Amino acid sequence: MTETIAEGLSSVDALSLVPKAGAKQTMKDFKSDQEVRWCPGCGDYAVLAAVQGFMPELGLAKENIVFVSGIGCSSRFPYYMNTYGMHSIHGRAPAIATGLAASRRDLSVWVVTGDGDALSIGGNHLIHALRRNVNLKILLFNNRIYGLTKGQYSPTSEVGKITKSTPMGSLDAPFNPLSLALGAEAGFVARTVDSDRKHLTQVLREAAAHPGTALVEIYQNCNIFNDGAFEVLKDRDQALEAVIRLEHGKPIRFGAPFSEEDGGDGLGSKGVVRDPATGDLKVIDVTREGTAGVLVHDAHAASPTNAFALTRLADPDTLHHTPIGVLRNVARPVYEAQMTTQLEAAVEQKGKGDLGALLAGQDTWTVVG
Amino acid sequence: MTSQVSSPAEQAEPADQQDGQTLVGGQRASDGGKEVRRLDRVIIRFAGDSGDGMQLTGDRFTSETASFGNDLSTLPNFPAEIRAPAGTLPGVSSFQLHFADHDILTPGDAPNVLVAMNPAALKANLGDVPRGAEIIVNTDEFTKRPMARVGYDQSPLEDGSLDGYNVHPVPLTTLTVEALKEFGLSRKEAERSKNMFALGLLSWMYHRPTEGTEKFLRQKFAKKPQIAEANVAAFRAGWNFGETTEDFAVSYEVAPASSAFPPGTYRNISGNLALSYGLIAASHQADLPLFLGSYPITPASDILHELSRHKNFGVRTFQAEDEIAGIGAALGAAFGGALAVTTTSGPGVALKSETIGLAVSLELPLVVVDIQRGGPSTGLPTKTEQADLLQAMYGRNGEAPVPIVAPKTPADCFDAALDAVRIALTYRTPVFLLSDGYLANGSEPWRVPDLEDLPDLRVRFASGPNHTLADGTEVFWPYKRDPETLARPWAVPGTPGLEHRIGGIEKQDGTGNISYDPANHDHMVRTRQAKVDGVEVPDITVDDPTGDARTLVLGWGSTYGPITAAVRRVRAAGDAIAQAHLRHLNPFPGNLGAVLARYDKVVVPEMNLGQLATLLRAKYLVDTRSFTQVRGLPFKAEQLATALKEAIDD
Repeated sequence: MTETIAEGLSSVDALSLVPKAGAKQTMKDFKSDQEVRWCPGCGDYAVLAAVQGFMPELGLAKENIVFVSGIGCSSRFPYYMNTYGMHSIHGRAPAIATGLAASRRDLSVWVVTGDGDALSIGGNHLIHALRRNVNLKILLFNNRIYGLTKGQYSPTSEVGKITKSTPMGSLDAPFNPLSLALGAEAGFVARTVDSDRKHLTQVLREAAAHPGTALVEIYQNCNIFNDGAFEVLKDRDQALEAVIRLEHGKPIRFGAPFSEEDGGDGLGSKGVVRDPATGDLKVIDVTREGTAGVLVHDAHAASPTNAFALTRLADPDTLHHTPIGVLRNVARPVYEAQMTTQLEAAVEQKGKGDLGALLAGQDTWTVVG
Repeated sequence: MTSQVSSPAEQAEPADQQDGQTLVGGQRASDGGKEVRRLDRVIIRFAGDSGDGMQLTGDRFTSETASFGNDLSTLPNFPAEIRAPAGTLPGVSSFQLHFADHDILTPGDAPNVLVAMNPAALKANLGDVPRGAEIIVNTDEFTKRPMARVGYDQSPLEDGSLDGYNVHPVPLTTLTVEALKEFGLSRKEAERSKNMFALGLLSWMYHRPTEGTEKFLRQKFAKKPQIAEANVAAFRAGWNFGETTEDFAVSYEVAPASSAFPPGTYRNISGNLALSYGLIAASHQADLPLFLGSYPITPASDILHELSRHKNFGVRTFQAEDEIAGIGAALGAAFGGALAVTTTSGPGVALKSETIGLAVSLELPLVVVDIQRGGPSTGLPTKTEQADLLQAMYGRNGEAPVPIVAPKTPADCFDAALDAVRIALTYRTPVFLLSDGYLANGSEPWRVPDLEDLPDLRVRFASGPNHTLADGTEVFWPYKRDPETLARPWAVPGTPGLEHRIGGIEKQDGTGNISYDPANHDHMVRTRQAKVDGVEVPDITVDDPTGDARTLVLGWGSTYGPITAAVRRVRAAGDAIAQAHLRHLNPFPGNLGAVLARYDKVVVPEMNLGQLATLLRAKYLVDTRSFTQVRGLPFKAEQLATALKEAIDD
């Protein structure tokens, strides 16, 4: 947790203002006494377990942790965390969490939301939270379907999705949440998968350390209304082709290993390079075309260009070439830190507020009895 | 200081005089040899193009008048367009100011003096100006094209249509440009100061102090000293013009209204400023940081602007991406233990409704300020109306009661804000503060309160377990209520051991756990209602000096001034009428039913189609008589007096 804000700003660690726990914590400390009410087999269970398992690592006083959610299956999440929590209204969690985080810098504030909650009814709040860069960690559970309302297509559903509300197939093109986030100036953008606890935890770790808004898209399986939506990313064989694991500072390679026996380097046999003709990114077969030019992933690059190009690699229908990991991790001025700076500057310039002087103002007259 | 008003009857606006002035002093000559008359009160209306600076001119004249110690009441009236097409009727902006040597209640029905900066301003306002009044026109603008734009075929200054008025034709533009010759300004730049020339002239006519305006101009244009001095020069030129030209033979004095005010220190204040100060004072008195989540909207934005200037009071202002985020952020801050406020107008309330419902369910303190304007939809953004009462009362899904507080005058917005905060904090509930455009922009003298007199609003956050389980375990129950107020504990994040989850889903009373139990829901709905019904509000007081009135006039909010002025007229004419005014619309004062039952007739004037009347009929089965107007302007006292008289005689 030593990531610091960019130069020129007060060098405050992302969580340095949040009090630390007095004693060592365990996963159990973060489980509330409420019965978990998701459908059996729901991907949300895995995410909950991962978050509860990760929290002790942060070592924060749990009374200084707040989970705020909107409406939807995933938004029941706060009830199951033994921290402070608010299950709010549809789409508004980022706005509510913004007010909380902006007025209480001693809190670690997490937002739990879904694809309908964050990208449909709450789209406006999501993009503005991202551009504003309040110290929020937004966990966007994307199952590409409306679960709680029983199976209508969502803003991330593939075109042509057959659902109760779209019996002849959905017509509208889906959002790519990470492209959207980068377009909204997000400083931290990552994607992970519900079933990969290790990866999920690593992403949470980096998100928690990031000062400012962090968006973590979690591909989450709805086994009732959209079962297997991410199977291609989970099935060991298919995932070789489908998943591009991003690691900062490492060449972007994936696919079956280019084995040393075949004269390779043991890394993935596919790589991401820039197409000199279009400037865009494309996937190449490194066995054939060599490793030269394979992009080295730089999550800290000032420009979001490559991160954005990476978000465009995946095929929205087949999910082939889906990057997972931290696409972008760049420090930007944090809203509430600057707000505090302004408050302090105002006191410096004008002195601490004097209510009597304020009420009297400059122009008064006196009536004598 | 003794008042020049001798007769107590003149404390009231004399019914026979209507909006005419009463000459209260003898004529005398000033040093310059010009005649000076003493008046008890004057109504001036400055009118011009929306780019002519009429609001600034009115504000300055108001400040001069306030510092002189008159009682005053103002009515700014301007179009929603920032710069409506120049010279057109819709582009006319005006500022009316009523000032007096005694206490007054309204900006006045009809101006005694109209300053018309162009033909459009004359045409748009002449209908309100009674014959005999003085009209000062800027003759430079009365040329063919500007007159044709508003349908004057002939000059109204020459065709006899202003017969019966006391017209002062003044080439304001020419005189201003002439006066500023030495400043090396372009003609266009110089012309801009013509409002200050007019202000100078009026300041001479009414013996206003001038230092404040000169100081103001030098501060306002501190970075452009040349422009500052040009404006000061135009202002002085206007003053000198009045003093020297023969057209203005008479000037007027209106003595300070010293006897009308209790002893104290006074300042002039607008409703939005008073409301902003009330919120800052409440934050101070509650010892809680103030958090405002807001989205700009007319006529509420000035509160956002004002609070944003006071960061040294620890005030956090957050300009959100929309109305919903404005209240959402405020509610989030409330969860974190801040004094949370959101400010808006009617259309914004519509958008915030779901979050207000959430606040009702979460039972967190939140002040929702609604500066009402003309509706529905975008309606009349810059005009006043009281048509959000039922929206505030009922505009949410489910049974979602919210207390409602309404200020009655601009200065009263300060006390009303403190009262709204008191209720929100005490009962852990969202509270509506229903002001309106007239209160927001209007101004009046305000006695600056002593800090010791402000209410103590401190709250106690929950700090430990509040419930013992059967097995003896000490636990914290977020919905265990105070038996007296029915308020739940306010346990803010950061308090160890009180970790809890709340939400918009129905919860079990006590534990706060999700509950779909029918009996529990019934209990919770009734409990939330009982909590609001039980909000402590003072009894309503009735003003009935003779004690034998059979008709009661009952108002709420900004109609207080016009109603009270009308009541004075009715009484001055010899009729008995009782008057009462509601500050609390939800819950109503405990004695309201008994008060209503005491009178044969209850007249309810409102700037809507009878919303309070509807509530009263529903709750008290009283056959109220609605008197309504939705013209975007406050009632005129005369019109109300007539309506009251008709009700009495009916």
